[in-house]
Amino acid sequence: MTKRCIIIGASHATAQLIPSLRQEGWDGEILVISDDPNLPYHRPPLSKAYLSGEKDAASLGIRPAAFYEKQQAEFKQGRVTSINRQEQSLSLASGETLQYDKLALCTGARVRKADIPGVGLGSIHYLRDMADAEAIKSSVVAGQQAVIVGGGYIGLETAASLTKLGMQVTVLEMAERVLQRVTAPEVSAFYHRVHSKQGVNVLTGVAAQSFVGTERVEKVICTDGRELEASLVVIGIGVIPNTELAEQAGLAIENGIKVDSYCATDDPNIVAAGDCTSQVSKVYQRRLRLESVPNATEQAKTAAATLCGQQKDCTTLPWFWSDQYNLKLQIAGLSQGYDQVVIRGDINSDDGFAAFYLQQGKLLAADCVNRPKEFMLSKRLIANHASVPAEQLADESIAVNELLPK
Amino acid sequence: MGKITFVEHDGTEHSVAFDAGESLMQLALDNGVPGIDADCGGECACGTCHVILEGNTGGTGQANDEELQMLDLTPEREDSSRLACQITLSDDMDGMVARLPEFQM
Repeated sequence: MTKRCIIIGASHATAQLIPSLRQEGWDGEILVISDDPNLPYHRPPLSKAYLSGEKDAASLGIRPAAFYEKQQAEFKQGRVTSINRQEQSLSLASGETLQYDKLALCTGARVRKADIPGVGLGSIHYLRDMADAEAIKSSVVAGQQAVIVGGGYIGLETAASLTKLGMQVTVLEMAERVLQRVTAPEVSAFYHRVHSKQGVNVLTGVAAQSFVGTERVEKVICTDGRELEASLVVIGIGVIPNTELAEQAGLAIENGIKVDSYCATDDPNIVAAGDCTSQVSKVYQRRLRLESVPNATEQAKTAAATLCGQQKDCTTLPWFWSDQYNLKLQIAGLSQGYDQVVIRGDINSDDGFAAFYLQQGKLLAADCVNRPKEFMLSKRLIANHASVPAEQLADESIAVNELLPK
Repeated sequence: MGKITFVEHDGTEHSVAFDAGESLMQLALDNGVPGIDADCGGECACGTCHVILEGNTGGTGQANDEELQMLDLTPEREDSSRLACQITLSDDMDGMVARLPEFQM
């Protein structure tokens, strides 16, 4: 009898897992079960080029339908309600039961909901999937006021896109600075300044206390008593990994579905990949849950090998990117634990700079704004655990190429 | 219409038909060519669609400054290295060969 691999979720990881399974020699069925009617699509543009209208829905697809047909992967819309590991079966909300030989959890993450009075009013949105982006777009009216709750990457990218569309945007960040969780104060100040210059009203140390309106939101009451008019609110306060199915099935959860370096769970027939997982990073020697496309892609390759009985370590360096206005931020590595920040270039200009995060002289991470060369350098330095003297990193008279250890 | 041949580092060839107007990166993704990660989906942000071009490359034009900077520190870089996401296919590229590096980074 033909074996069947079921993939739960149609995510970035899924789009890579399918071809990787075939490359690793899986000749059985591949069945994807997802409650999203769409084939896997690029999510990062949702807050960027898709929201601002530069990209359309058709260009979001990671791979075309014909590709999946050729790979003989079938997509079935449905919601899995439980996993029975003893029976190697899944129960669906439709009442159907499906048998699997191998199972891949690519369940991703969902937005963290805000518990704020009035949050159920119309024109208050989150941003995670295409439907969210569509809903936001339909609430955009040039010249009117939009309030963004949360000054993280999603909040700031959305602020930039809505500004491009002609809205008057206010960002509310309850911490003392935007991007506090992920960047150094210098980089936060840079983005604060850039947004202010574009006309965005950036308020820090302030949160939304309630939303007021009849059917649709009309006003946001802030914790400092301030009242902001708003015909659109977008809330971007982080995500929660979708671990419930795994947890109910008795799989270990540690801030995400716990996987080893081969993306295996503690059930030999079940792997997991993408934003729903936590895995020990080879580079940082600690367990991480990453919200990142490259991580999902790499884990999917590893997971496919594991499902086919091979062993392929997942070793890549985390990296991220963010587009705001004409600034392309490329982030190599994770900065947590840094004890020194070195800036290369003029952070007070709009031309771009690189912020290097060091820990005891070793490069941990880098935020590179319009500095692709420094980004590529950082990827290599971090992966090699290289030390470069801080004064050399800051010295623009030394060419970037010269900073690479010989 | 035309054909592009992708050659993996181990010599495996993938000859695929293309329509003018799509990107070389998307062509690789649409045909499941291993060795092109294209993490960022074509934003020139990641450098994981590095290819080394041979043959009918006349229509590919010159890499822009951003692409050159991304390529500059890419290991395995050669003179005809490009990022596949930055190449829009045209009929005069029929028969072009895109060699893949051992590693994308």
